[in-house]
Amino acid sequence: MILERIRNGIIDENPTFIQVVGMCPVLAVTTTASNAIGMGLATTAVLTCSNVVISLIRKLIPDEVRIPCYVVVIASFVTVVQFLLEGFLPALNNALGIFIPLIVVNCIILARAEAYANKHGALESCFDGIGMGLGFTAALLIIGCVRELLGAGALFGQTVLPEAFPRTVVMILPPGAFLTLGFLMAGLGVLKNKISKGRG
Amino acid sequence: MQVILIFLSAVLVNNFVMSRFLGICPFLGVSKKVETAFGMGVAVTFVMALASAVTFLVYNFILVKLEITYLYNIAFILIIAGLVQLVEMYLKKSSPTLYQALGIYLPLITTNCAVLGVTVLNMENYSDSFLTSVVHGVGAAVGFTLAIVLFAGIRERMEHNNIPAAFKGFPIALITAGLMSIAFLGFTGLIRL
Repeated sequence: MILERIRNGIIDENPTFIQVVGMCPVLAVTTTASNAIGMGLATTAVLTCSNVVISLIRKLIPDEVRIPCYVVVIASFVTVVQFLLEGFLPALNNALGIFIPLIVVNCIILARAEAYANKHGALESCFDGIGMGLGFTAALLIIGCVRELLGAGALFGQTVLPEAFPRTVVMILPPGAFLTLGFLMAGLGVLKNKISKGRG
Repeated sequence: MQVILIFLSAVLVNNFVMSRFLGICPFLGVSKKVETAFGMGVAVTFVMALASAVTFLVYNFILVKLEITYLYNIAFILIIAGLVQLVEMYLKKSSPTLYQALGIYLPLITTNCAVLGVTVLNMENYSDSFLTSVVHGVGAAVGFTLAIVLFAGIRERMEHNNIPAAFKGFPIALITAGLMSIAFLGFTGLIRL
């Protein structure tokens, strides 16, 4: 059950590449690989905690007002995460900026609350949150690595490409985010077709 | 003068969709037709202007006075959810046709990160002036409308183009958005505040 939920989040229902939800942070904070991991883990923490709490209180909430209730739970956890980041990782907090408070409106979190935590027990919801969060983190990391490597010739802030290799600065500017994600999704589509043809 | 510059910079230089990456979900989701894109833009403009005004008042006269500014995130999202509900009820009564046209996208404005984004940016940068906050909110919304309507226009044309199979759907839309974003980069440095 645990492995199945985590696999589901990372591969079968990957929030970024398969479901295409919560795209704003995917495009905005992936200028470097370390920012991408920071954002991914912050979202994972909020998603897991809110999934557990919503699953525990799901029978107490009247159906008509469930969405506002979910939003308040999520916003509370985001505030906690924001304080923790401000206190312990101020550099990361500055780099992610406005996108930390905006985790509240990340569609993945509300979507998992509505589609999964609302109907399942706390333990399953917890692993669903971890799986989805890791899937989100993996997607951010892949995009972050591609952009940092092509745009700055570096990975996690360490220069890896030789000086002679041309840097494509546009990749770490806003257009690079759209282009990287577009080409990655096209590539994944081709890969998926090949695999299903091979099986068929 | 300063106010006009803030407006122009929110529309063109720091366009919410093209350079700040706020409101990407409706930008990709509601941009298949120019008409619905424009309707979405108008609804977002309305909600963003109202949200800028109300959150300014709540922040300065309630949160700051009670010294609970750390609750801003919870307060803002509840205000926005309430406003969207009000707009929905008002439209249902006064203009059923527009209400029908916007359909599911109206309640989804609550989770449009551009709306929460503009209120947080206002709080960080313009929390001293009511007028500037509202102008920045309207400018950001006009920028959003501009981007989504232009994008919908391109996508309508693209329907009839011969696109490689691998790029059909989201990939080509993202690459189009990337090229538009390069065009918007041309405005960088136009306005210095």
